[in-house]
Amino acid sequence: MEAFTTWSGIAVPFDETNVDTNQLCPTRFNKVPWGPRFAKILLHDRRFNADDSEKPDYILNQEPYRRAVIAVAGRNFGVGSSRETAVLGLMGFGIRSVIAPNFGDIFYNNSLKNGVLPVRLPTAIVDLLLRQLLAQRGAQMRVDLPSQTVTGPDGATHPFDIAPLSKKRLLLGLDEIAHTQEYGGEIKRFEERQAKDYPWLGAAPT
Amino acid sequence: MKTLFDKVWDSHIVAQEEDETLLYVDRCLIHEGSRHTFDALHERGLSVAHPDKVFAFSDHYIPTDPQARSRGVASIPDAEIRNMVELLIRNTDEFKISRFGWGDARQGILHVAGPELGLSQPGIVLVGADSHTSTHGAFGNLSFGIGASETTHVVATQTIWQRRPDTLHIRIDGALGFGVTAKDIILAVIAKIGIGGAIGYAIEYAGSAIAAMSMNERMTICNMSIEAGGRAGMIAPDDTTYQFLAGRPFSPKGQAWDNALKFWRTLPSDPGAKFGKEVDIDAARVVPMVTWGTNPEQSLPITERVPDPDKEPDAETRIEYGKALTYMGLKPGMRLTEIAVDRVFIGSCTNSRIDDIRAAAAVAKLGRAVIPAWVVPGSESIKRQAEAEGLDRIFTDAGFEWRNAGCSLCTALNGDQLKPGERCGSTSNRNFQGRQGPGGRTHLMSPAMAAAAALRGHLVDVRELGGRN
Repeated sequence: MEAFTTWSGIAVPFDETNVDTNQLCPTRFNKVPWGPRFAKILLHDRRFNADDSEKPDYILNQEPYRRAVIAVAGRNFGVGSSRETAVLGLMGFGIRSVIAPNFGDIFYNNSLKNGVLPVRLPTAIVDLLLRQLLAQRGAQMRVDLPSQTVTGPDGATHPFDIAPLSKKRLLLGLDEIAHTQEYGGEIKRFEERQAKDYPWLGAAPT
Repeated sequence: MKTLFDKVWDSHIVAQEEDETLLYVDRCLIHEGSRHTFDALHERGLSVAHPDKVFAFSDHYIPTDPQARSRGVASIPDAEIRNMVELLIRNTDEFKISRFGWGDARQGILHVAGPELGLSQPGIVLVGADSHTSTHGAFGNLSFGIGASETTHVVATQTIWQRRPDTLHIRIDGALGFGVTAKDIILAVIAKIGIGGAIGYAIEYAGSAIAAMSMNERMTICNMSIEAGGRAGMIAPDDTTYQFLAGRPFSPKGQAWDNALKFWRTLPSDPGAKFGKEVDIDAARVVPMVTWGTNPEQSLPITERVPDPDKEPDAETRIEYGKALTYMGLKPGMRLTEIAVDRVFIGSCTNSRIDDIRAAAAVAKLGRAVIPAWVVPGSESIKRQAEAEGLDRIFTDAGFEWRNAGCSLCTALNGDQLKPGERCGSTSNRNFQGRQGPGGRTHLMSPAMAAAAALRGHLVDVRELGGRN
């Protein structure tokens, strides 16, 4: 996983609630292997017409938002399907952090596994950031993981929470599987105990 | 004093680091969409730790058209769809993972066929590469959906890192009225708490209405926990659970059954156990529900009218409702029963089990479909059972199409999909924009309500038709 420390740059306002993962990545793109195609997959059906031409009024099709690295959105961002392609779409486009009042649980976890930082901030602060971004086209923001702060277009900083282990993984770009394999002994002991206590779980079907 | 959730969680802790827990995973379910996981395994040269704890189902991309099914995998016309079906076969062969696939009598949707096999047992931790894995919690276990990276981690290590969710107790008491089903109850729950209402929570459903439900109905309830944002949905195991499990292929047998039963009976939440949040629902007040908007909380009793955004006090709601009505092509204030539908879909991991098929058939028997209507059983085993009961004939005689098992028009991945603007009465779980195909419009409802819509060509209160559900 690519490490995440600090990202600053253009922030795009998704001034909308309930952006589900079906919107972030329409289902038919779930079969696409990770690669450059994902730059176009993010919010595809909002951004493109049926003939693949761009919808010029959609915000991501406008300058300077084509270069956005941060997104700010309304509540319930990423609810719905477990598709990780929703995160791959953000990455493919170049967005490395999404700020919202809350996120779908699975989307939140999927983001962390890919070096995309989901930032939960109180609704009032998200509303303030959205208003500032809408008022000042192309405004820049900064997301700083070491200090756990977001800097808004006006320069004000806002602290956010993140689980310590998730933070460590992101900062170091840790390989989670390699990290877990260090617990090989504990896993083996758990399996031995379980085989003794609940032997039916390992039985072959009849 | 522990909750059901506490008991299952605590008994699966392998390690703790900071505020994250390494949980042991007893079973992992995957499907044709799990290609990203296998891509990662290949790329990183990883092996599967316990192939006997991973189970694969052919459901998301497999055709449900009986003729296509008889012609075989090679006949799938779309190369990318065919590739997904073939990839699951190749990958599961390579990693020696059990597959319930094309041509297998046990094939079906992972959340329908899995429980039929007896894989979903009380007290276990089960994960699935699909958000509707919450379904399995109906058996008193901790089941939740995960993404492709987490699935890779699970199959490589048989564990998963999780932050402990809070607990939400949803108590549903009272008797269900005529024409009211588990689907209407869960739609009413989601309408009450919202699509984000259970984010960060593991839900336990309890109360007299839940206790009276069959396992099939309980699975419908737990299935849609994710539509309220819930990490998981759980129901305490009881005699209904044990009767369902007895004799299933993966269920314990003989002395092992007695030992398992003794353990399972210890799992229900202790009296007085504390939950993070409590919600009460009066089941007797719920009437048949339909969604009118573009997410599952935007539902109303069928007796109501499409809401008027301008009359909403909250500014954000006015905008949300306005956008939803524009996408759905509906006028504020029109009666829900005035909404004409172009087609009907009865199926999906929410409502494709034998109780659902029977309820739809009981309504189909009362008339004839005036629009295209599909019935897609959740598993080949349900298909055979329905055929043994003569239900397929009831459907075909009434002009409904009877198909093979799969996700079909719920996920719209296998080519079964709506045309832009087409409106569907559907027993599935998501009415998001484009969910059933780009530009498609979805109204969620129960199987009986969907069958009734097929007979009338518009949304209708099934109670007016007089059939039993």
